[in-house]
Amino acid sequence: MITLEHYLFLGAIIFTLGVLGIFLNKKNLIIILMSIELILLSVNINFIAFSAYINDISGQIFAMLTLTVAAAEAAIGLAILVVFFRNLGSIEVNKINQLKG
Amino acid sequence: MVLYSLTFYLFSSVAVLSALMVISAKNPVHSVLFLILSFVNASGLFVLLGAEFLAMILVVVYVGAVAVLFLFVVMMLDINFVKLREGFLQYLPFGALLGIVLVIELGILFLTDRSSNIYNNQTPLQPIVNDVENTKMIGQILYTEYFYLFQICGIILLVAMIGSITLTLRDKGGVKRQNIDFQNTVNASTAIEKKKIKIGEGI
Repeated sequence: MITLEHYLFLGAIIFTLGVLGIFLNKKNLIIILMSIELILLSVNINFIAFSAYINDISGQIFAMLTLTVAAAEAAIGLAILVVFFRNLGSIEVNKINQLKG
Repeated sequence: MVLYSLTFYLFSSVAVLSALMVISAKNPVHSVLFLILSFVNASGLFVLLGAEFLAMILVVVYVGAVAVLFLFVVMMLDINFVKLREGFLQYLPFGALLGIVLVIELGILFLTDRSSNIYNNQTPLQPIVNDVENTKMIGQILYTEYFYLFQICGIILLVAMIGSITLTLRDKGGVKRQNIDFQNTVNASTAIEKKKIKIGEGI
């Protein structure tokens, strides 16, 4: 018997793995972007699980919005990464300190 | 129902394990491939929940576009990945502690929050299967009630497209381009230069 909690647990685990990925790969910008994708995937799982269990289709519409934002974020993030690599020859996050605030 | 449970556990365990491999793989190419595996399994879970349209969209958008974009960038850039792995274990104890605390807190939240259940029923909820197919339901609501949201999605994608093009476009020297303004203002006096050449001499 699979309840809503099962899906919420799955979303929580994938969310935590995404957060952990940002912590562990503090240098590699590509893995950090992939971890953000994982976090957005867990959000999508939660949206669709609630949508199915409450029988309200609106959750799936918002999941589509999340998907759009994730695609846009990946495109812009990778563009920034490419420009950064061109200028510095490296993608180490701790070298991004040119905008010293 | 047993088959449903088995399918759920299969898909979710593969999704979690491949998500674990995404953040721990040595080679970023492997990371991207495990990301694809994780997304495909998540789309299988969406099919289980009765959201077929979003499952297919997830495969098309993520596996077809985003993951391939990642793969493209990983392979295009010449990055020393061994150097980037340095200090991986430095934050492992702290990160693991944070992760465990986060999972336990979220789990407690889901398990104990029965009293304030918004549905206020005792029986566990079940996914509801409708007679109308999923794609039709989404279409009926997307273009009417959520029309502005749909338009905003389009604007977000347009801004992302323009932004990534302007970020990566670079002006290399030595590229021949048309200067249309200059071409249109050319007339006989500026285009032709008259020279008087004496007999027996060059220019």
